[in-house]
Amino acid sequence: MLVESPQKLVELLDRHAYLADEGLATAAFLALRMGRPLFLEGEAGVGKTELAKTLAGLLDAPLIRLQCYEGLDAAQALYDWDFARQLLHLKAAEAAGVTDVGRLEGEIYDRRFLIARPLLKALETQPSVLLVDEIDRADDEFEAFLLEVLSDFTISIPELGTIRAETPPVVVVTSNRTREVHDALKRRCLYHWLEHPSFDREVAILLRRLPACTETLAAQVARAAERLRQADLVKPPGVAETLDWTQALLTLGVRELDPDRAALTLGAALKYREDVENVLAKGLLRDG
Amino acid sequence: MDELAATVTGFARTLRAAGVGADHERTATLLKALDHLDVTDPREVYWAGRLTLCATPDDLPRYDRCFAAYFGGRRAARAPRPGATAVTRHTAVPEDGGEEGGEEGEAAPATASRAELLRHRDVARLTAAERDEVHRLLAMLRGRRAQRRSRRFAPAARGGLDQRRTIREALRKGEVARLRRRAHTTRPRPVVLFVDVSGSMAPYAETLLRFAHALVRSEPRATRVYSIGTRLTSITGELRHRDPGTALEAVSRAIPDWSGGTRLGEELREFLSRHSARGAVVVIASDGWERGDPSLLGAQLARLARQAHRMIWVNPHKGYTDYQPLTGGMRAALPHLDDLVAGHSLAAYQELSERLAHA
Repeated sequence: MLVESPQKLVELLDRHAYLADEGLATAAFLALRMGRPLFLEGEAGVGKTELAKTLAGLLDAPLIRLQCYEGLDAAQALYDWDFARQLLHLKAAEAAGVTDVGRLEGEIYDRRFLIARPLLKALETQPSVLLVDEIDRADDEFEAFLLEVLSDFTISIPELGTIRAETPPVVVVTSNRTREVHDALKRRCLYHWLEHPSFDREVAILLRRLPACTETLAAQVARAAERLRQADLVKPPGVAETLDWTQALLTLGVRELDPDRAALTLGAALKYREDVENVLAKGLLRDG
Repeated sequence: MDELAATVTGFARTLRAAGVGADHERTATLLKALDHLDVTDPREVYWAGRLTLCATPDDLPRYDRCFAAYFGGRRAARAPRPGATAVTRHTAVPEDGGEEGGEEGEAAPATASRAELLRHRDVARLTAAERDEVHRLLAMLRGRRAQRRSRRFAPAARGGLDQRRTIREALRKGEVARLRRRAHTTRPRPVVLFVDVSGSMAPYAETLLRFAHALVRSEPRATRVYSIGTRLTSITGELRHRDPGTALEAVSRAIPDWSGGTRLGEELREFLSRHSARGAVVVIASDGWERGDPSLLGAQLARLARQAHRMIWVNPHKGYTDYQPLTGGMRAALPHLDDLVAGHSLAAYQELSERLAHA
């Protein structure tokens, strides 16, 4: 699919219920056009992961997700050999009286015994959207792997050779910035810092995503969210949390936000006990 | 060079002068990006530049200023690099009391018993010559580090199945003769050290920084050091110099707030919002004279303790038997600490080093 301009991409994303501002749309537009990974950084819940999902929907391509964690290694991110099937194959060959080591080796290191993990899968699937989620949670050595894959979209497997993507996948790398990601990786990417949305945009997002939500409720929730973000919280609510919160209120049949209902459902927006106590103690939910 | 390239290069130069790492590679990417956009639309140019030339949120306000100055009609006069104002160097340790005992210029190596005496004395009360000797001994400290499991595997007698080696061997022998095993190798456990360089810690700051230098030198990849005073500053890079003197000089240039007041709570909060100490041994060297709100400090330490493998507080005043943790900061900190150790003498640092070896 050829997108002509960032404005056009805003419209396309909107059709998939994702409201992007000019900056994010330009970032995604350039990522598509230049074939460069998009590095999205920002606090949790500002819509980084959601963008990748929406891009996949928009391009009608599968979303391949690599969730990073401490200790993530090549066998889980790139590929692994299917040991059990390899052994079975050897046993079968043994039973059939095959003793030619060279031939056996060629057979068991065949593509069909290779298990593709997300990075390899993304190179082999065209088109696809690869989401490398929360890169800051992986160890820094893992960045080196990733950099290698993202710089020429190839993976070399010693026993098999080099696997190359004919058309590179659309890559979205996200980080919550719990640590600084190495500059070499960022340099390969387009860098975009995502902020919490403005009041107007947040209202628009709530209305767009939750058709049952009234404008009054959306405005009240967005205003409350704005106040919560200014309070000194361990984890200020992101858009994901305000959506959850509004959904919770709608489920309870709430039409207008009052302090009591807000307090009852606060768990949908705030995920730390200290934060909930802090907010209630300071009366931040008063005055709607 | 065409006009667009010249404009973009000039803009990148302005950004570099303002402290944004807009190097040639990034500038080339910007030019490629502009191929796909409308260069007559300032908004598109703004975004293309921001997406390709910036790399951290800190770059963004600088970028905005430079963009406004450069494309707002007039070229920016060489923007001053933030924080580049001349920093006067302070010597962390007051140089008084150096003449006592006439030991200046004494070249003879210390005898074992003298070294033993020196080991337990408060560094703040040493003569300059004695302090030099303590620092020499500190530089020789090659701390072992506690190990944690790494991601890498190595062949081992017991452990998980080593599929690759088993298959290779089966191929060679024609059957699975025996299962090969592998186990995780180990890596040094990371240490995150905060050194308080505020006024009340001045007599100990140099010794602490020398200890930090020894830590960084023995495990460069598993040590991070920050100075705290009134602003959190990373000094790990400065401490990588081989020579302790050069390293300390680099540190004194990097620290903006020698001998300021202490706002530990705020600085730790800044650390937590940008970095993480997950799985690390956190060492905080401070006397706990908190000028800010002690409850803020307590809350940040609670968060830090949840991430950290172990929390160690080094307080030089703890070296005295009548020491009671009475400062507001210290009282707020106590519930979150695993260890509270002294930090006033060579012996205390050796003990700390031992703790890091077994943390």
